[in-house]
Amino acid sequence: MKCKKCGAGAVIELRRHNTAFCTPDFLEFFRNQVREAIRRHRMFSRDERVLVAVSGGKDSLALWDVLIEDGYETSGLYLDLGIFEYSEESKAKCRAFAEARGVPLLVATVAEEIGAPVPVIQQVTRRPPCSGCGLSKRYLMNRQALEHAFPVVATGHNLDDEAATLFGSVMHWQMDALPRQSPALPSSHPKLVRRVKPLYRLSEQETAAYAFLRKIDYIVEECPFAKGATSIAHKELLNRMEASSPGAKHNFLFGFLDKARVAFERTEGVVLNECVRCGQVTTGTLCAFCKLADQVKRAVVR
Amino acid sequence: MKVVLRNPRREVELRGNRRVKEILRELDVIPETVLVISGDTLVTIDHVVKDDETIELRPVMSGGVAA
Repeated sequence: MKCKKCGAGAVIELRRHNTAFCTPDFLEFFRNQVREAIRRHRMFSRDERVLVAVSGGKDSLALWDVLIEDGYETSGLYLDLGIFEYSEESKAKCRAFAEARGVPLLVATVAEEIGAPVPVIQQVTRRPPCSGCGLSKRYLMNRQALEHAFPVVATGHNLDDEAATLFGSVMHWQMDALPRQSPALPSSHPKLVRRVKPLYRLSEQETAAYAFLRKIDYIVEECPFAKGATSIAHKELLNRMEASSPGAKHNFLFGFLDKARVAFERTEGVVLNECVRCGQVTTGTLCAFCKLADQVKRAVVR
Repeated sequence: MKVVLRNPRREVELRGNRRVKEILRELDVIPETVLVISGDTLVTIDHVVKDDETIELRPVMSGGVAA
């Protein structure tokens, strides 16, 4: 197979774009997709510092790499979830990445912030591990950004992540989740930083290919708690559709963003308060993170 | 030819001199869900894998909640 741009040997075929690229042209395509995402959604400007949430996986490290190469002032934020060797290994990958490029990496530890690591939170709450993990990540990303004066947090969510989330929301008609699904969430409160997803135009295979071709040492092993996760089941289903109809995931997500999302936006605004304990933003009086910390504390003391 | 699979890491021996596309079909793997690695580069589905060649099929899917 030949690169559609220069005719050299191709290393990747992108069936949804009906094209194939050699390494240099694929890397340029990838960077251009990230640039287009940032431009189209005004994610951040050249003079803003960007906090990049990194997990040690292909997506977040690929994103960080593109932003560094494009000259943005970035810091990484690694959240240590305390998931045994998986967390140790992924933290080491993030540290090595940051050191090799001379960029700062902040590290926050879930166990220190909430009183127990993710595996214990799962036992205490008896809910899927991704539930407590996701809540902790969102809370700590925002708080760390505020504490270190970053106006924006960038995450490595890719097209497959976003399509699977949308699929899950539609399956259950989660009317509150649908309007929030966006490549860029603006700040709706002085204590909420912007959250952006500059990889939303790129598939999981494309981010993995970028990381591999750029020789980024990322963690290939899956999170041990991801097995059986609903998001994985949804991704598998969407991949089957993609195999028989290239572009299905892209059309599903982009069709929603371009045509349908606006229909789910609420006319009345949600009232936002500050948590009586930690001061972070909540729709109630005590935020979900503090409630979870209380639940963990009660169980651990018992 | 040897195929290296991940999560968990294992190896399978298959008949070589065939295109990647046929190997993926035999293993019931959707092309978009893996990187096909040969040496230090990626190969496309029309690449013919020689009998003495080793390829790695590295899954690209990550799950749970992304960072």
